[in-house]
Amino acid sequence: MKKLLALSALAAMLASGTALADTSGKKIAFSNNYAGNSWRQAMLDSYGIVTKKAVADKIVGAADIFTTADKEVPTQAAQVQNLILQGYDAIVINAASPDALNGAIKQACDAGITVVSFDGTVTEPCAYRVVVDFKDMGKQEVEQMAKFQPKGGNLLEIRGLAGTSIDDAIHAGILEGVAAHPEFKIVGSVTGDWDQTTAQKAVATILPSLPDVVGIVDQGGDGYGAAQAFAAAGKPRPTIIMGNRQDELKWWKEQKDKDGYKTWSASIAPGVSSLAFWVAQQVLDGRKDIPHDLLVPYLAFTQDDFEAALPKIKEGGVATHEYTQEDALAAIKANIK
Amino acid sequence: MRPEMTAASLEATARSSAERGALARARLLRGLLPALSLALVLLAIAWLNPRAISYFGFSLMLNLAIPIALATIAQMFVISGNELDLSIGTFVGFVGCVTATWLKDAPLIGVAILLGSIGVYALLGALIHLRNLPSIVVTLGMSFVWQGLAILVLPKPGGKAPDWLLAIMSFKPPFVPFPIIAALLIGLVVHFGLMRTSYGVILRGSGGNPAALKRAGWSLLRTKIVLFALAGLFGVLSGMALIGITTSADANIGNGYTLLSIAGVILGGGEFVGGRVSPIGAVIGALTLALAASPLLTFMHIPPDWQVAANGAILIIVLAARVLISRRER
Repeated sequence: MKKLLALSALAAMLASGTALADTSGKKIAFSNNYAGNSWRQAMLDSYGIVTKKAVADKIVGAADIFTTADKEVPTQAAQVQNLILQGYDAIVINAASPDALNGAIKQACDAGITVVSFDGTVTEPCAYRVVVDFKDMGKQEVEQMAKFQPKGGNLLEIRGLAGTSIDDAIHAGILEGVAAHPEFKIVGSVTGDWDQTTAQKAVATILPSLPDVVGIVDQGGDGYGAAQAFAAAGKPRPTIIMGNRQDELKWWKEQKDKDGYKTWSASIAPGVSSLAFWVAQQVLDGRKDIPHDLLVPYLAFTQDDFEAALPKIKEGGVATHEYTQEDALAAIKANIK
Repeated sequence: MRPEMTAASLEATARSSAERGALARARLLRGLLPALSLALVLLAIAWLNPRAISYFGFSLMLNLAIPIALATIAQMFVISGNELDLSIGTFVGFVGCVTATWLKDAPLIGVAILLGSIGVYALLGALIHLRNLPSIVVTLGMSFVWQGLAILVLPKPGGKAPDWLLAIMSFKPPFVPFPIIAALLIGLVVHFGLMRTSYGVILRGSGGNPAALKRAGWSLLRTKIVLFALAGLFGVLSGMALIGITTSADANIGNGYTLLSIAGVILGGGEFVGGRVSPIGAVIGALTLALAASPLLTFMHIPPDWQVAANGAILIIVLAARVLISRRER
């Protein structure tokens, strides 16, 4: 009888397919290099909500968050090295640089630590990367723009933080989109650092020197600032692609209520941090079939569904989505080809 | 001011030896302070995470302190000339980008660029002296130039450190971790050059008492050029060491070094007045800052909302301890 019970328990375990090893004693650290904007705050919130529950449910032993005091690469490299010394089993990381942390990441891998990067991913082959298709997002911005401005015209591009891989990927996507839509021409480019105030200043500075602009392609966190700059200069309001921030969607709703203003909004969901956490948990669980590069979709809102999402976003926050273990399993499955 | 010191100044002849003794004690304390604060931080780390106090632990915790120590020495040369360099951080970033691209792919051009950038530093020294410009303004402007050049060399993060550099930085000597040997070497070499040679005295004097040096017939232009060129040289070494550890570069990689290097000099017993610096103190100061900012903070398990503020608080406490002791001297 006892044998039968044990066998059936074993069968149940095998059938469920997830619980290969016990992760309840495992410790996962989160290395974060910046916390100073709404997106990063939402990222930390989502991560906190999901991991607190995971610890309470005894799925993992500990999930601690470490944020560096500045955005610098060496600080984060030192932080990763300290996490190695602390004896964590896995490190979830939003990296300050795709390449420059590779030395520290390799040291972590060599110490037997699972490293899962997201948002700011790392190129070190031993690490896992949860990647949002930023290039496609940039391309999609121009595709959407073509719907709102079928006649085409001049575009203003707002770039993100110079020298980052995300800025590079979105920019490349936008260029690809413009190449596919020759009716559009980028007549100006400013650096907005994904920040409303910076974007507003930058757009206000370049605005007097620009011909008429029909649309703005940007990277999120800069749309509202651009709108303010146009309003302050008394220029006609262009189609501004939004980036899921609460102030941006709120402004969109105001404009829509006024005269049916149309646009599109997309960004990486900050909650992707929780997805990275589950991926780390799955690796610690003993799964060997997880690809090191996991492509996950970005979070987009259209004219029809953005108003439903707006009330759920915190004042000054950004639209997010907290991923569950099932979401992670589904995302992993979608990437195993 | 302590009462016995006031008394001493009143009866100067009778008690001059006692006064000298008190001053010497304060000097000794000041000299020992950087080492004391380093020991304190190490004790705290040992208490929080005993595992860190090992060969492996020290190699991991201290290897990123080496580029900081080199940048601090660079800053120290500038400060001893009674100037301030706000561009050292982005300069280190620029050197890093050149190291990860040109120095690997075309070593000759890479070396030429790096030597050229030291030359630019020397020219800056000349410019600051000849036009009597405030160094803060000139170097602040240069910080944007270096940053721009770095992005030009490496528009997106990447590149790879030359193999020989990787081999040097991952060298594992027996018994004593490499970062400790490197720190000792840097400290001793610069100490000997700046504190024990006669031209070192001239260099320090050019910041401490330029009028006297000028009257004695020394060229202040030359001392300033030498000080800035030395700063450039150590900035180059810092950038190369940094890339040797991180293996790959990023245009923004060194930005934090500007303020860290200034704090390191001050923590190590230097002062803003020019001429009063200590190379060994500066190296120890850099190590202390590197340890206090990252390992100590990570091991303390502070809630994430408070970590950034806690980092600042640790730095202020460490620097305040130095001010408290050096005040006794007066």
